[in-house]
Parts: sequence; structure tokens; C-alpha cells
Amino acid sequence: MTSLTGAAILWECLVREGVTDVFGYPGGAILPAYDAMLRYPIRHVLVRHEQGATHMADGYARASGRVGVAIATSGPGATNMVTGLATAMMDSSPIVCITGQVGSRLIGSDAFQETDITGITLPITKHNYLVTKAADVASAVREAFLIAKSGRPGPVLIDITKDAQQGSCAFDWDAAVPSPDVVRVPRSPDTTVLADALALLRSARRPLVLVGHGVLLADAAAELRAFVDTTGVPVAVTLLGIGALPASHPLNLGMMGMHGEAWVNTAIQEADLLIAVGMRFDDRVTGNLKTYAREARKIHVDIDPAELGKNVAVDVAIAGDVGDVLRRWRPALSRLDLTAWLDRIRALKGDSAVRDIQNLPDDGHLYAAHVIHDLWRATHGQALVVTDVGQHQMWEAQYYRHEEPRSLITSGGLGTMGFALPAAIGAKLARPDAEVWAIVGDGGFQMTMAELATAVQDDVQVKVAIVNNGYLGMVRQWQQFFYERRYAATPLTGPDFVKLAGAFGIEATAVRRRSDVEPAVRAARTHAGPVVIDFQVEQEDSVYPMVPAGADLHQMIRRPSPIAETGRDS
Amino acid sequence: MQLTFLLSVVDRPGVLNRVASLVRRRGYNIESLTVGHGETPGISRMTLVIDADVDAASRIEANLYKLVHVQKVAHVTRTATVCRDLALVKVSASPDSRSQIMQLVDVFRARVVDVAPESLVIETTGTEDKIDGFIEMLRPFGVIEIARTGRVAMARGLTTPSARRRDAAADGLDESIACSV
Repeated sequence: MTSLTGAAILWECLVREGVTDVFGYPGGAILPAYDAMLRYPIRHVLVRHEQGATHMADGYARASGRVGVAIATSGPGATNMVTGLATAMMDSSPIVCITGQVGSRLIGSDAFQETDITGITLPITKHNYLVTKAADVASAVREAFLIAKSGRPGPVLIDITKDAQQGSCAFDWDAAVPSPDVVRVPRSPDTTVLADALALLRSARRPLVLVGHGVLLADAAAELRAFVDTTGVPVAVTLLGIGALPASHPLNLGMMGMHGEAWVNTAIQEADLLIAVGMRFDDRVTGNLKTYAREARKIHVDIDPAELGKNVAVDVAIAGDVGDVLRRWRPALSRLDLTAWLDRIRALKGDSAVRDIQNLPDDGHLYAAHVIHDLWRATHGQALVVTDVGQHQMWEAQYYRHEEPRSLITSGGLGTMGFALPAAIGAKLARPDAEVWAIVGDGGFQMTMAELATAVQDDVQVKVAIVNNGYLGMVRQWQQFFYERRYAATPLTGPDFVKLAGAFGIEATAVRRRSDVEPAVRAARTHAGPVVIDFQVEQEDSVYPMVPAGADLHQMIRRPSPIAETGRDS
Repeated sequence: MQLTFLLSVVDRPGVLNRVASLVRRRGYNIESLTVGHGETPGISRMTLVIDADVDAASRIEANLYKLVHVQKVAHVTRTATVCRDLALVKVSASPDSRSQIMQLVDVFRARVVDVAPESLVIETTGTEDKIDGFIEMLRPFGVIEIARTGRVAMARGLTTPSARRRDAAADGLDESIACSV
């Protein structure tokens, strides 16, 4: 049996796990691993900040379904990964983060660049390891990959001491096989509980399917489509569920929740049955729980039993894989007569259309919603879009119509500003053939814009659309609605983004008129290289509709109409 | 109410921290937590008592089971269990009071494990209620120091925690027989 260093074993295992790309930043405690990396077929992307590495790994994972890998040194390198780990944890994204650690004999001595990263990340990882011996590297890596991708996916961190990287031992891949005990997948649900759910469905008059990220994580879009096409039950999606059913599908009503479509939220409140699949009744989609969907019986399917009954009491709780449950339901499904219900939803929708900013004439202002709409048109709805967090994220969700699973990547649960650019770089590397757009606010972009250099150095052809309104827009909107327009710390000065991109050697242009949106997007698409477009939009526009935090789901703030009077909210 | 969980956990550094951290971040209070070796080498046994609404029990159980190092969880609040707490109580004992204290020790089936000129150390096991009662009886003599282990519990009969991992909440046993002596 060959004897290898712990550092070499690390790469042996990563390569055997199918890893081809890693995102990282070297440093003292991880140097042995970096030195060994050169002998392996690994593409290493040098980031500008370790947070970027974690978001890239996350974007890589969400775009491809494979496990994303990030690597950093001890101390500050490791602590810079915290935000990315928490982001991946909240959105159930399978990533493995590897950190160097000081020598095992120095642990606990406050050594240079020592930090207790396994302690720090304990609540924000699915699991983590402190490896102090070369002999433990292989089993930790194999187990980490199994844990990251099995059951409800999530991030795993492996902290490896410098002496564990430098020490040698016999490498035995087979002996390091992980125990199946570490996998947390519920037993396949009983036939009776599945039948209970279908009995509720058959007697429902106003049923609605609520679709979340779990459908995409389970690669169950086809099963969902079959369920919907067979039964005729309409669908509402969460932010992270977008793409699970094509936006053009006649039964896809659109997004639910705080900035969901008004007719969707109203339909939820009027439904007599909710079938929630792979979603977790987050407070941003339920509003006030006391008044949430009071008329509805509820069926909840989730692979994580800890989610069942957490926020909303359910009538039938099914712990299981979403795809498995949908497949097992399928033979017993039949068409439901939902004519009256669908007519009712259509009526709700008609009322909303008159308020839609898209249906108002061009008044010379550049609205973010128009930018998104025109971007959608110019990319033929085929782009893989990665958004940041804030107003532009909601506008994207409302106006970019996604037809494919994994065509929208966004930080939902944690709401991490600065996510878009690095996650887009990761997504582009995972799917080089996809047209990847980062849509980002001027606030979030300034948090991680240094990663433009990463895109240049590694020739990652991401297109960046900055929705620039000179404010931390979503916070400004809350101040406008709930703090009597006292704009504390939300006006935001940015650099000249065109010049900034130019300094990185990146093609860039600024857009101030609607008529320039599509030409700019078309030019960006044909340019071989990263592109930045600075869309200078209306400064004080707000995202509508809006359910104020904690309010009843049907109590929405609607866009004032006509927009010419009040659209600028000033 | 007090919810009792029995856990089998892999004996690794930090496993106690993982369990305690989970309970804390989900917003519950640990009433009592005991850890020790169980029947299998390498596997530790925890008895975890949490003050929470009974509706939360199955969710707490599911969350505990998400920890990779937790191999089994059983929620036994509504299951027939034997629960024991061990206490060491140091009490002042003058020549006058010593015989009275010894009588109480007999009544409560406790044991004197250390005798000093001015004090006794008494060891007692039982349910928390029994120990609370015993300590109250000793107070008039002057309790100097108390050390208690917290609850350890075991399901009665042939049921093991693994067999009950998902069924504890549904078995419908009356709460009143929980922790019977």
C-alpha cells in the first residue's frame, strides 16, 4: 500500500469524489495542501477573499447539483468562510470547506492564526471535523461528501492541522468508506400516510401546491410537472422554488410571500388545501402565522422531519424525498375539476395586472423592473441568473421568467449581500455552456466586487448587471414604509462602476434610458469576456406588492396607481 | 413541561457541545443533562431533560437526530421509564443531632458514606422528588453542600431507545406513570 502525506491524501480523495474545481486562498497552515495540489488534476480558482470562495462553491453546487469545494488557511482565512457556510446551511447547499489549522501540538495555545473554527461553525454546518492525524484525512473527506449531499444537503467543514497534512500514512481509499450511519434520510413513508394525503386532495375544491427549493435539490421537477399536469392543481413557488415548474406553465401562478404576486398570496389565503413540497413555511412566505391559510388543510412533504410542524401545524406530515413521494402518488392521481377555483384565481390576477409596472407606458424613467424585463427578453429567458439580496432580487424573481430548474441562484434563507458575483463565478465554472448573469444591487456589489479580479484572472465570462439606485434600496423602502422616510444610513455613494470595471480590464457600460437596455445586454452577450453594465435606475422605487413583516399574508401594500403620480415614491 | 430524551452518541470530542449547542440555538433550556458510558464501547449514553412544550418534542427529537454523532434518540416523557438522580449531601451533625439524621437516612434508604466529627456525607439515589423531599428533611440540621448528578433514565421492559425512536409520542401512555419509582 502506498504511503502518502495527509496533504496528498486530501487531493487523492477529492479527485476520487469527482472534484475538478476548487475555490480558495492559500496561507501558512494550508501550505502543505497547496503544495501537494500541483500534482493533481484540479483547477484552483484564486479568490480575493475567502467569503468569495464559499459563495463560489455554493454557486457551483446550486448550478450543477455537485458538491462545491472551498479551501482556506487557518485563523482569518477560516473565519472569512463563516458567512458563506451560514448561507449554504440556510439554503441546504452541499459544499465542503477545507481549512488549515495550526499544528496539533499548538492547538489551544492561541498560536499565530489559530482559531477554533470547528467551534465557531458548529451551528452553521451540517457537520464538521477537526483532523489531527494524516490517517484520519481520507475517512473525514469521504464522510464529509456523503453528509454534504445526502438527505437534506448542507455544508461540511474539515479543519486539518498542519502536521496532519505533513505526516504520512498508508492510503487506503476502500478502508475509508463512510458508515451509512452518518446519512440522515427518513424511512420511505408508509403507504397509509401517502393515501391520507391523496384522500385530502380528492376532496379538495381549492387546492394549491406550494413548491420550494427541495424540489430542485431532489431533482424532482419532472415528477412535479407530472403531478400538476395530471391533477390540474395550480402551483405557487417560493423564491428558491423558482424554476421547479416553467414560468410559462399555465398552472404556475408565480411566487408567494412577502413580495409574491398578490393573486398568489390571496389564493393561499382562500385555498382549502395546501400541498407543500420541499418548502419550510419560512416567515417570509407565511406572514402572520395566526391568520395564515386558515381555511386550508395542509399536507407537508419534506426530507427533514424537523421541518414538519415547525412553523405551521399540518394535517398530513410526510417525511421523505419529494421525488419519491410524488412518484408514489402518481398512479393514484386523477384530474380534479377545479374550474371554479381556477376562474377565481384568474379574476384575482386580472385585478393585479392593471397595477403592473410593465403595463404602464414608458415615462422616461428607467425602472429596475423594466431592466429585468428587458434583460429577460434579450437573453430569451435562457440565462442562468444569480442574484444578490434586496430589491433587485425581488424584481428579478417577479420579472425574469425562469423556465428551467437551477436557472436562478440566490441567497434566500440567510439573505447574504455580496453573494451574487462570487456565486455567479462558481455557477459559470460549473456550467461553462450557460449564459450566466449576476444581477446585483450597488450595495451588495460593493461588498464583494473584488472578485471581478478573480473573473479576469481565470477568464470566467460572467455578465454583471448592477441595478444601481444609489441606496441600500430594500432598507430604504422599509424606512419609507415603516420609519416615516427617515433614511438613516441608506443613501449610498458608489464608485464610477464603468471606470472601476475598466481598472480591472473589464468591458463596461452605463445605461440610463430604457431604450438602451436591450442593446447593452445584446452587446454584453456577444462580448468574449466578463462585462459590467451599470443600470442607473429610478432611485426611490419600491418593490410591490409587499406584505409587511408579521402582517397577514393578504394584507399587502400595493403599488400606487397610476405610476406617473407616485411611482417615484417621492 | 419537562421532556426527557435518551440519546446514544458516538464518544467523540465535542459531542456534548454539539448536543448542548443544538438545544440552545433552537431556543430551549436544558433542565438536566447527564453523560456516561452505555452498554456499547465507544457509544455514550445521554439523558437530556428539556423544559419545553410537549408539542415540540418530536421536533426536538428530529433535530437531535440530525446530529451526525447522535445514533439514536428516544423521547420517553410519555413512556414508562425508570428515572434516577444521585445526590451527595453534606450535613452538619453534632453529637445531639447525629442519631436523628441516621434515622432519616434509614427511612429514605440512603447511605452515610463519610463521617467526620462535625458532619456527615450522605449518598442517596431516587427520583428527583424523593431527593428533594430528603433534602428538605435534612435542611433543619444544616445542609453544607449538595452535589446532584441530574436525571438518568431508562425505558422499562424490553423496549430499547432504538425501538422507540420514532414512536414515543404516539404510544399514548399517560404522563403520570413517567418516572415512576
